[in-house]
Amino acid sequence: MTLVMGPRTESSVIVEASSVSKRFGNRLAVDQLSLRVSAGVCYGLLGPNGAGKTTTLRMIYGVTRPDSGMIRVFGIDIDRDPRAVRARLGVTLQQNALIEELSAEENLRVFGRYHLLREPELSRRARELIDFFELGSQGRSPVRQLSGGFQRRLAIALSLMNRPELLILDEPTTGLDPALRLALWSRIRDLKAEGATVLLTTHYMDEAQRLCDTVAIICGGKVIDEGAPSDLIAAGLARETVEFDCSPGEESVLLNGISPHPQRLRVGRRLMIYMDDTSSLIEHIRDFDRGQRRSLIVRPTNLEDVFLALTGTSLEGVL
Amino acid sequence: MSVSLPHAFSVWRRNATMYRRTWKSNILPNFFEPLLYLVSIGIGVGAYISEMGGTSYIAFLAPGLVCVAAMNGASFEVTYNIYVRLTFEKAYDAMLTTPIEPDDVLAGEVLWAVTRSAIYGGCFFLVIALAGLAPLPSALLVLPLLPLAGLLFAAIGITFTLEIKSIDLFSFYFTLFLTPLFLFSDVFFPLKERLSSGWLWVAELLPLLHPVRIARASFSGQALPILLWDLCYIVAVSMLLLARARGRIERRLTS
Repeated sequence: MTLVMGPRTESSVIVEASSVSKRFGNRLAVDQLSLRVSAGVCYGLLGPNGAGKTTTLRMIYGVTRPDSGMIRVFGIDIDRDPRAVRARLGVTLQQNALIEELSAEENLRVFGRYHLLREPELSRRARELIDFFELGSQGRSPVRQLSGGFQRRLAIALSLMNRPELLILDEPTTGLDPALRLALWSRIRDLKAEGATVLLTTHYMDEAQRLCDTVAIICGGKVIDEGAPSDLIAAGLARETVEFDCSPGEESVLLNGISPHPQRLRVGRRLMIYMDDTSSLIEHIRDFDRGQRRSLIVRPTNLEDVFLALTGTSLEGVL
Repeated sequence: MSVSLPHAFSVWRRNATMYRRTWKSNILPNFFEPLLYLVSIGIGVGAYISEMGGTSYIAFLAPGLVCVAAMNGASFEVTYNIYVRLTFEKAYDAMLTTPIEPDDVLAGEVLWAVTRSAIYGGCFFLVIALAGLAPLPSALLVLPLLPLAGLLFAAIGITFTLEIKSIDLFSFYFTLFLTPLFLFSDVFFPLKERLSSGWLWVAELLPLLHPVRIARASFSGQALPILLWDLCYIVAVSMLLLARARGRIERRLTS
């Protein structure tokens, strides 16, 4: 059984966007954005709400037309032949667009017909996806009555009805509980292992770090950094993070004896300090506190830190 | 972009699949409405009217109410249902992730509204034919008229649906547009006998008047030259409004 298709194009680049811009009224949603998604990778667009992620996706599958720039998917100019491009990709929207009165299987069949699938292929595909996403247990119940996790799995299953070469997921796990997120991530990894190229958006840094080979950090409609999650972390910040609450006044006294000043980042009262080896810093804080031990978190530096460093929140000690 | 019929048909299939699940709560109430008028006005009020337009009053009502049934079938579909699919269910956004284009969405929806008007009008016709109120075979000519009436009211309804910002505004459409049409379009009384000749042209603007006049002619078996004007009105107004809706729906779905 194959749920997805490996690339059929000669070229190893599946999506190529060059200097794409899109304006809505006064707001520049996407600003001279360029990106390349290679075959077989999981590529993440990472950014806060309103960063331009969904608009970028909509331009890639040819529903929103850019004001300027050029997008090729499978080597085809999306503006020239959007039908041909969309026949070969699958999209899961941020909001599940299910027909709530119908069962899971009926939803899959309706969606398969949008791709002009016919029997017996239509039933075969629906059956495969019901098995893969474990959607069979509810039989003919209308999906309105089913859980949020079930509906999300079904929404992703719909976008696989045409055996896509490229799977586009807009915020795939937003609003799901942690166990469901883990389960969905493993499904997405399975699809990737079958050869699919995956392009997803998320504002969860842990999701990007676990799933993506490459991430593009998007802010204000621009790509402000791009690379493998581990490379982005290594390039921007030290390996370990110590995180605790402290006021700016206390901070300057506390770090007075430490030289050179380490990289650090503040969000309200929360202070994050980045060092390759934090043991001496922890000792220093304990001495400073003199028995009144404050709660410290020591953890590996992650994409969240890189993101905060790149977008807005000032990161002293890092240029 | 132009319409791809197979894709438009897949949109039609979506609605048909849903309809098979929900027709009991969907078709029955709307279908009974003209039937209730036929019985209450036709038999109740008709008892006091010896004849109208050369027939019994209930027989006078029958052809007009067939058109009303067709009008209702299309109207509910292209108002509330399209609005919900467009705004709440995001059904068209999902379709547009597949090779379906906005033109196919519009074509599929119009096709479906026409189908529903044919189902409503057809069922109503069956009832009046069984009741002996449809002179056969000439009244059968009303059947090809049903999809045309459906097309006209689909085009008008979609135009309204694509303009409004809130679902509450449909009460204006039904109460201040469709209900007056229903009451003043030759269904209950011969309009031209009640209007002075200087105002007859106003009646000609009413969309329901035209299918009703054709239906009445087919029931009485009289072909009149004015029916050509009625046909032209139906086709021209439908085409004009659909051409406009095409641009509107494209902009709505692709911005």
